[in-house]
Amino acid sequence: MEPHVISNVVVVLVLLAGFGIAAFVRRNRMWNDALRELWRRRPVAIVVVAIYAGVALLDSAAWMGGVESGEDVVAAHEAKSVLDRLFLGTQEKSYSAPFADAEFYGGADLAHPGSHPFGTDILGRDVLYLTLKGARVALLIGGLTSLIAIPLALLLGVSAGYFGGRLDDAVFFLISTLASIPGLLLLIALIMVMGQSTFSVCIALGVTSWVGLSRVTRGETLKLRELDYVKAARALGVSQLRILVRHILPNLMHLVIITFVLMFSGLVLSEAILSWLGIGVDGSWGQMIDQARDELTRSPIIWWNILASGTALFGLLLAVNFVGDALRDILDPRTLRDQP
Amino acid sequence: MLAYVLRRAAYGVLVVLGVLLLLFVLFFQIASPDDVARRALGEKALPEVIEQWKANHGYDRPLWPWQDFSNNMLFEHYRSMLTFDFGRSDADDVVITERLRQGVGPSLALTLPLFVAGISVGIVLSLFVAFFRETYIDRVGVWLCVLGMSVSILLYIMGGQLVIAQWLRWFPISGFDPDPSVVGRFLALPLVIAVLSGVGGDVRFYRTVFLEETNRDYVRTARAKGAGEIRIMARHVLRNALIPILTRVVVAIPFLFMGSLLLESFFGIPGLGSITVDAINGNDFSTLRTMVFIGALLFIVGQIATDVSYALVDPRVRFS
Repeated sequence: MEPHVISNVVVVLVLLAGFGIAAFVRRNRMWNDALRELWRRRPVAIVVVAIYAGVALLDSAAWMGGVESGEDVVAAHEAKSVLDRLFLGTQEKSYSAPFADAEFYGGADLAHPGSHPFGTDILGRDVLYLTLKGARVALLIGGLTSLIAIPLALLLGVSAGYFGGRLDDAVFFLISTLASIPGLLLLIALIMVMGQSTFSVCIALGVTSWVGLSRVTRGETLKLRELDYVKAARALGVSQLRILVRHILPNLMHLVIITFVLMFSGLVLSEAILSWLGIGVDGSWGQMIDQARDELTRSPIIWWNILASGTALFGLLLAVNFVGDALRDILDPRTLRDQP
Repeated sequence: MLAYVLRRAAYGVLVVLGVLLLLFVLFFQIASPDDVARRALGEKALPEVIEQWKANHGYDRPLWPWQDFSNNMLFEHYRSMLTFDFGRSDADDVVITERLRQGVGPSLALTLPLFVAGISVGIVLSLFVAFFRETYIDRVGVWLCVLGMSVSILLYIMGGQLVIAQWLRWFPISGFDPDPSVVGRFLALPLVIAVLSGVGGDVRFYRTVFLEETNRDYVRTARAKGAGEIRIMARHVLRNALIPILTRVVVAIPFLFMGSLLLESFFGIPGLGSITVDAINGNDFSTLRTMVFIGALLFIVGQIATDVSYALVDPRVRFS
C-alpha cells in the first residue's frame, strides 16, 4: 500500500479512537472527573498539546493531484498533505533570514520576499513549514513506540504478577536483563543491527521503554490480586481471563497513562540524540537541530533554524511534562510519586 | 548475610549471561556476519571478498552450538567477552582492549568531577527548595526544573559552545590535553553544561525524597523539642533521605567509566564515549558490542554493590 494511504487510514483511526475515548469518558464517572480536574489545572498546556496534535493530523491527511506543475514538475505526482498544500510555492534557493527580502549569503533576490517568518534553510525550504512537519514525526515516535511498548508491558507485567511462579521468574529475569543494559547503548545497538528507519527507531524505543512500565504493572498486579474483590470473583468461579480483563486491567489503566505521558518526553529527547548520532528519524526536530551544528560555525551564523526547531521541541515537551505531572497528582497520588 | 551476598551475586552472574545471549542474538543473528561484512565493504562486494573479510575477522564459524558444537560463534562470543579478550575492531583492526585502556583516563577526568558537582549542586538546591516548601520559591523552583528538563541536551551543548566559547571566549570550544595544569580549561565548559542540563531532573527527584521525609513523625518530634528548621533540614531530614539518594547515586558510579557519549564527542575528549560514537559512525560492530557489554557489566556490579550495602544497613532486606 502506498504510504499516504496508510497515513490517511491512521488519521481516521486516530479520530475514531478519539471519539471512542471521549464517549467512554463521558459515561465513566472517575475518568470524567479526572479529566475535568486536569482541564481546570492545566488549560494552557492541554491547548498547546492539542495544537501540536492538530498540526500533526494536518500533515498526515494526504492525497494526490490538485497541484499545478509550475516550477516543480515532480510535485504534481507526489501525495501532498494539507500542510504541504498550505506551503506550496514557498521554495527559495538558499538561506534567508526571517522576513528577509534577499538571500542571507550573497544577497540575491528571493522569489517570495518577506514571506518566511522563520527564514529558509540551506535548500531554500521554509523553516516554519519544516518545523510544523516535525510535529508529526514527534507524535509518530511517541505514538508508535507506545503502541509497541504498552501491549508488551501489560501482557508480560500483568501475567507475571497475576500467575506468579515460573512465569514470573522468567519475566523478572527478562526485565532485569534488559534493564541492566544502559538505555542509550541498547537503543543504539538495536538500531544499528536492524538498520536505520523510522520503524526500527520506534521498535528500539519500544523495547527499551516497556521495561519500566512492565515493572510498574507487575508490582501493582501483585497487590491487586490479593484484594478482596479479586478473591471474591475467584471464589464465585469467574474465569481467569475475565478476572484479568474486568478486575485487574481497568485498575492499571491510570498507571499506564501516567507512565506513558511521563515517558513521552524521554522518547522525543532520545530521538534527538539519535538524530545527532545519525540514526534518528527523517524530518524530526532532532535532525534540524543536528543540521544547525554546521550552521552555528558559519559567519555570520544561521540561528533561525535551530531556534525554530528547538523552540518547537521545547514547547511540546514542556506542555507534555506539565500535563503528565498534573495527571500523576490527580490519578495517582502515591504509587508513582517516588519515581524521578 | 553471606548467603544473601552469594545469592545476589549468583543472580548477577545469571543476568550477565542473559545479557551476553541477548547481545549474541542482536549482533550475530539479527545482524548476521554477512550483513556486517557487507556494511563494511559496500553492498556490491563480491561473495569471495565477503568470505575473506569474515575469515579475517573471525566471523566464519557457524553461529549456534547445534550446528557445530566444538567450533561455533556463540561459545566464542561468551569466551571472548567473559575473559575480556575483545579481539580487534571491525573497522580498523586496532585491539579493542588497548583502545579502551587509552579512553578510560579522559572519560574519568570528565565524569568524576561531573559526578561530584552534579550531586552536590542537586542536593544543595533541592534542600533549599524543600526548605521553602509550599511557598513561591518552591513553586518557581519546580517550574524551573520542568523547564530545564524540557530542553534537549543538544541545545544546552550547542548554546553553551556558541555563547561561552565562541562569543565570550572564556573557554576553548573543544579539545583535550592530559597535562593536569591545563586540562581544567578544556573540561570546565562541558562540566558546567552537563551540570546545568541534569540539575532539573535531579532537583525534582531529591525534592520529592526530602518532602517525603519532612512529613515523618521524627521531624514533628524534632520540631516539638525546639530544633530550628535549618537544623531539622540539615541534620534530621538530610541524613534519613540519604538512603534513597544513595541508591540513585551508587547505580550511577559504574557509568563514570563509560564517559558521556555526547559531551565527549562534542568537546573532542578522546574517552570511551567518543570511541562509542566513532564505532556507530564507522559501523564498527565489535567495538559497539564490547561497549554495550561493559556498560551492562558495570551496571550489574553497581547494583549488586547497592543491594549488599543495603542489606548491611537494613537487616530486613536479608530475610525477605
